[in-house]
Amino acid sequence: MTTLTDEERALAAGERGAGSAMAMRIVAESARLMGAPRLLRVASAHIDGALYHGDSGTLFAEKLVEGAARVAVPSTLNVGALDLVGCSRNRLPAHERDMARRMMKAYEAMGCAATWTCAPYQAGHRPAVGSDVAWGESNAVVFCNSVLGARTNRYGDFLDIACAITARAPDYGLHRPENRVARFVVDASGLPAALKASEAFWPVLGTWYGLHAGTAVGVIDGLQGHASEDKLKALGAASASSGGVGLFHVAGVTPEAPDVATVTGGAAVERVVLTGAMLQAAEARLSTAADDSVDAVAIGSPHLSLDEVLELRRLLAGRKVGVPFYACTGRHVIRAIDADGTRRALEDQGITFVADSCVVVAPIIERTTGVLMTNSGKFAHYAPGNTGLAVRYGALADCVESAMAGRLVREPMLWQ
Amino acid sequence: MAVTHSPFPVLLPGSGAGEVLALTRPISFWGGVDPRTANIIDARHPENGVCISGKVLALPGTIGSSSASAVLLELVHAGIAPAAILMTEPDAILLLGLVVAREMGWATPPAVKVPLAVQKELAGKRVSVGADGAITTAQ
Repeated sequence: MTTLTDEERALAAGERGAGSAMAMRIVAESARLMGAPRLLRVASAHIDGALYHGDSGTLFAEKLVEGAARVAVPSTLNVGALDLVGCSRNRLPAHERDMARRMMKAYEAMGCAATWTCAPYQAGHRPAVGSDVAWGESNAVVFCNSVLGARTNRYGDFLDIACAITARAPDYGLHRPENRVARFVVDASGLPAALKASEAFWPVLGTWYGLHAGTAVGVIDGLQGHASEDKLKALGAASASSGGVGLFHVAGVTPEAPDVATVTGGAAVERVVLTGAMLQAAEARLSTAADDSVDAVAIGSPHLSLDEVLELRRLLAGRKVGVPFYACTGRHVIRAIDADGTRRALEDQGITFVADSCVVVAPIIERTTGVLMTNSGKFAHYAPGNTGLAVRYGALADCVESAMAGRLVREPMLWQ
Repeated sequence: MAVTHSPFPVLLPGSGAGEVLALTRPISFWGGVDPRTANIIDARHPENGVCISGKVLALPGTIGSSSASAVLLELVHAGIAPAAILMTEPDAILLLGLVVAREMGWATPPAVKVPLAVQKELAGKRVSVGADGAITTAQ
């Protein structure tokens, strides 16, 4: 049974208009179905629900707008189906394109910030440690919980915007401190330092971790001195694709895990010693391509940071790629690379930037067969089902060299 | 002769009737059910190719996806939703699709909590689900 406050009941009854009443009823019904005893206040929202899946979602958003609903907390928007910046084109038919555009405009009309990125945490949306928020999009959720130390469950379509309008969320799951304690330890201390320093290690670690953890909370030990924000981003996104990870800890790195004892609450928990062979097996799962051809490259899931775009520029070293090469990022990065000429330079070298959207959620890649190469664990997981292309996983440097050659070029990994 | 099973807990109220389609494995609605046809499209699912529209859909479990609710809402909007949903445990994300459909003023199927053993017993039968959660089989 969910108990609502007088204020919440008044809101549900329409005190502040039909739109916010509908949102309040949706949050309250969800809380009842989840078995949450009460609602809690949230400080911000990140909204995944503005991605077009069909006309009903557009009609829902427009009904909220008609009912004068406005978000009550700072709210950023995840990717949509269209690149409103105009960097890339997509093949959506006219009706779907129109409905997708109406949907994106409806969410903007409710006061959501037009960030259109799956990496809002790199576009200035960084809630405080310990604060309750309502975020959607699995990579953003896991980053928010793990790296920022703010508290959210995975809020999906409809519930995310309803939480933003009411500034409330059901009190359950990862909002509660007792559910944030690590129940197992992964010991990565035996892996070579050179491996842990490499970019390609992190999505593979995330893939292994997601398969091992499922939805359970654990802590990884032995990565001190190697983690960066972009590496933790890649780890989290991969773990939330291969498994249902909403929160992981890294001892000595993430805010709730100064050390293993603190984050496990001192309890005796399962300990897994990570080996090169375990990672090798996880890495093998990321590729489905049968041969060494490479017909296109896609990077940027989650959306590339400015640092990652600059690393791409460094690796290209002025050369022009030989296959279509998609770089997905947010308009916060596009603004920066427009200003310093990087976008123009990379586009001249054959890079297609995709802003506001992403190649696995919208029909952007010009082909539906062949092999797509990526350095993203998340793209590797979803690309075969969503695009039809087979996938080949590799480091960013390997993606660049393969794009030059039109076939797989790879440095050996340091798994042992 | 009609047999009535005493009322099961109502997750979302309503009434509906149809043939019981009892899935033999849990399903993810997102990527598992085509929102345009209501056909099961998960190639690895045992009931792949079966249409869930108009059926009393008995779910032995669901695989969580935050877009499951969007798929179910789309089915309701297109008039091709199941006639009723029987679940062993409430899946708040999936059921949110029905909560939203009701807010939109669209006719929504009921959802009732029914144990797996009863789901199996009802498989293939024509039943009606009452507003009180009672399930009646017409023999």
